[in-house]
Amino acid sequence: MQRLGDFKLPHFFNYPPYFTLQPIRETREKQVQLWKELILDYCRTQKIFVIGLEEEFPLFSNPVIERSLSHEAKEAFLSALVSEGRAEWMDRGHKRCLILWLRIQDWADCILRFAKDNGLEDTVMTVEEIRSGIESRGTELHGMDRTVLMRALKLLEQKGKVAIFKGASTDDEGVKFSL
Amino acid sequence: MAGRWLLEAQLTGSGRPVLHPGEVECYTLSSVDIICEEKPNFPPFRSGVLILTTHRILWIDGTNKSGAAAIPLGAVNHIYSPSKSIKTMFGKSKVRLQVSATADGRIDERGSTAIVIALVLRGKSDLDSFYSRLRDAWSSRSWEASSSNPGRSDSRENSSGFFEGSSGVRMAGVSGILRKEQEMWESTDKSLQEAFQDLNALMSKAKEMVMLAEKMRLKLLSGSTSFGNATNDEEAGSNQEMQDWLLSVGIVSPVTKESAGALYHQQLSRQLADFVRIPLERAGGMIALIDVYCLFNRARGTELISPEDLLQACAIWEKFDVPVMLRKFDSGVMVIQNKSHSDEEVLAKIKSIVLKSEALKNGISPSDAAIALGIAPLMAKEHLLTAESKGLLCRDISPEGFRFYINLFKDIDPNNIYLVKDHGNYQTWVSTVTVSG
Repeated sequence: MQRLGDFKLPHFFNYPPYFTLQPIRETREKQVQLWKELILDYCRTQKIFVIGLEEEFPLFSNPVIERSLSHEAKEAFLSALVSEGRAEWMDRGHKRCLILWLRIQDWADCILRFAKDNGLEDTVMTVEEIRSGIESRGTELHGMDRTVLMRALKLLEQKGKVAIFKGASTDDEGVKFSL
Repeated sequence: MAGRWLLEAQLTGSGRPVLHPGEVECYTLSSVDIICEEKPNFPPFRSGVLILTTHRILWIDGTNKSGAAAIPLGAVNHIYSPSKSIKTMFGKSKVRLQVSATADGRIDERGSTAIVIALVLRGKSDLDSFYSRLRDAWSSRSWEASSSNPGRSDSRENSSGFFEGSSGVRMAGVSGILRKEQEMWESTDKSLQEAFQDLNALMSKAKEMVMLAEKMRLKLLSGSTSFGNATNDEEAGSNQEMQDWLLSVGIVSPVTKESAGALYHQQLSRQLADFVRIPLERAGGMIALIDVYCLFNRARGTELISPEDLLQACAIWEKFDVPVMLRKFDSGVMVIQNKSHSDEEVLAKIKSIVLKSEALKNGISPSDAAIALGIAPLMAKEHLLTAESKGLLCRDISPEGFRFYINLFKDIDPNNIYLVKDHGNYQTWVSTVTVSG
């Protein structure tokens, strides 16, 4: 089985038509589904949060069969993820796409679980500590995208589970948990 | 058939007359009766299409395909000059012929007696022009030349009824070929000259003609709207005449397309259906319209038809019972195909081609398919696109070109993208591709 780094690729990754945007509706729907799954899987395992359409993204080309996705195809597949709520365009020109292989809500739940597991009730932690501190190692939170983290925290704030406040220096905010 | 006093004439599947070797058409008229005035008990042949050839006078029943009759020119003893009378001015002119017949009243070249028959020209027709052609055809006695050369039959040329050398001189060897070429050249030259003469005359009258034609066209347009479907025969007759006349000058009638098409297009349509049979076979059952246009005109030689004529001729096929049809693909490509052509058969063939191991690894291009199916690349591409639209194939576009593979997307489960079922096309593909590394 072929690999992209440590990611196992499915057999159809070597099927040339997989890299050509199919015109027939039924075939296209199937193709889109397969790409959505593949993108989410790959991003989850590689902890990728952003895909830039104008940059090289290893999943979008296959040197073994000498095929790559056209810009139109990339946009079509990512737009499908956006429609499903599993991704968001970061700019109007659709050049960068935020991949939510976990939805914001899922991230929020993750953070809560993390707080419970580490007994963080009524304690304060910086945002940076949440995503790169010792406690977060081995969890999904480790190395997560800061923008996504902030959005998840804001969601929790709305629910009254956390309070976000500015720290001493402007680059790091603090989070107080009230579970 | 009891009481049939004329000889029977053979027709093709499309209702065109089967011509004898060396026989060439000279003139066509519609709405002609053939009657025998002196023997009123002879059943008349009413309102058919009359085709004058170098050998015979043919009469084809418009409604009934099996009703075709012939009068061999060899049986004609005398052609009476048409009398000009009040009657002829009202469009019902007669040409009388004296023909040999047997004692029991059948027309026969070697008949012992003679009877007088009349050709009644009911439709719009130029009596003088027909009469002079009839006299020419009769006096050239082309049928005698052909019958003295029974060994020379060129069936391919004859079935299409196009012009060929009419002299009976033996053609053999290179000199024969050269002579035949020379003859063709001379006759082509002659008809070109005649055509150009007409053209010169027309050009000098061009402006008048255009104005006249415009007036006619407007009259037709206003005539059709105010009367709707013609309320009486006179009106219908003269409208039809006007349309025919406009058509002969080269202006398509502005009155709706539902009018069954002038005689010209009907005959052309039948002729085309006959002609296209052999090229269709050679091309594997389907041939591009543009190719038919070239082949047909090349065969005709001088009387070329326009693309519009060709399209009209094909469109009329729906009204006749011919074994061919016009078909338009989604891409816009138009083809002529046998009615018996089966899309399913082609699809099944494509499926078997695309599952071969070479095709599984590299797909097939339109030219690969063309070779495998035995048809033109353009046709092959249309078939591949049709197969794709039916979900049988997928396309692969790359710098190497446009290729098609068997559609595997159907076989893959998006909820389990690593699963390969142990049967089906996906499994076959995986094992074929993995073996080669």
